[in-house]
Amino acid sequence: MNINPGQDKPIFIQIAEGIEDGILTGAFPEESQIPSITEFSVNYKINPATALKGINLLVDENIIYKKRGVGMFVAEGAVQKLRKKRQDQFYTNYISSLIDEARRLGISSEDVIAMIERGFSK
Amino acid sequence: MRGIEVKNISKSFKDTQALRNVTLTFEAGKIYGLLGRNGAGKSTLLNIISNRKYPNEGYVSVDGMPSAENDEALRKMFLINEMNLYPESMKVKDAFKVTKTFYSSFDEAYALKLSEMFELNIKKKIKSLSTGYQSIFRNILALSVNVPYVFFDEPVLGLDAYHRDLFYKLLIEKYSEDPFTAVISTHLIEEVANVIEEVIIIKKGEILKNQSRDSILENSCTISGTVSQVDSYVASLPARAEVIGSDVIGGLKSVYICGDDGARLPEGLERSTMDLQKLFIQLTSM
Repeated sequence: MNINPGQDKPIFIQIAEGIEDGILTGAFPEESQIPSITEFSVNYKINPATALKGINLLVDENIIYKKRGVGMFVAEGAVQKLRKKRQDQFYTNYISSLIDEARRLGISSEDVIAMIERGFSK
Repeated sequence: MRGIEVKNISKSFKDTQALRNVTLTFEAGKIYGLLGRNGAGKSTLLNIISNRKYPNEGYVSVDGMPSAENDEALRKMFLINEMNLYPESMKVKDAFKVTKTFYSSFDEAYALKLSEMFELNIKKKIKSLSTGYQSIFRNILALSVNVPYVFFDEPVLGLDAYHRDLFYKLLIEKYSEDPFTAVISTHLIEEVANVIEEVIIIKKGEILKNQSRDSILENSCTISGTVSQVDSYVASLPARAEVIGSDVIGGLKSVYICGDDGARLPEGLERSTMDLQKLFIQLTSM
């Protein structure tokens, strides 16, 4: 997990997305325990309130659940839920910036599509 | 009420006004960054809060009690700064023992453990320590004292990158286990930007900003584009937005804005977030 203070994104979002990535790649399997707020805060040298804010985003989406006195766990079905969420965000996160840059450079939609197809066939 | 209240504090030395009608609250259990340029009044403020200097006007209260000449209030606070309060010939390990007699909550075993982690030789005399190790010595005291309000005035002065990293980690670990109020005054803003929850910016003895780090950053932005586009955008901003600085290079202009998040930007302009250091530089220039 890579937290980069120089990035445009707030740190709490980076924490949430880092955990999401971990869940998607299988580093944090469903029903497994994730590190504590203290572990995240100490490791990334961030205020515990920031780590909590990031993790609470995932708790609100039922991706992480808390067991009182035990710790935090990845919910069952979290992978499926995250895949769906990332798919929904795919257009905003990737396609629109790709189109913006293509427009700036004068690359036609046909050329972009051809490039995408070339990438997929690799 | 828990917390420290600083009310209408003014302080002047000879011909300089160090603090001008400063009013602030430090809430219990939060980490504050006290940021200001050299001579802005940070150290004077911390010295007044901990009763080492006296204000000309105003008062400080700690958990509802006036702090001036009040032992019960003073025992709740601990300030570390460049001042050495121990006899010069005293050894580090003896200083730990002495601290324990003043602050019964001081954890000597923890202080010894930290000394090992920082490789601080406890048999050395305090005066013989290098600048970096003087800072380390003071930080160890501050991390082991276990009082509700701890003030760190330039805690990483002279520390190498590894020791700075270790200090921040230990501070956060300590804070996570048992939250206390930590006020960190530092010039290394980037390093503390994510450690602190609240930001206080002081300039020429006056408080410029006093709000949570998240709210200050969420409501600040940099807008860039061609000079004419940027200028007409600035003219359209709501009254609460404040342009705190700008850069022009060729036909391109960037403006730094406080009090507006830069959403709903016209085509052609680019928005980027502002980090705490940039914000600080723009706010405290001139």
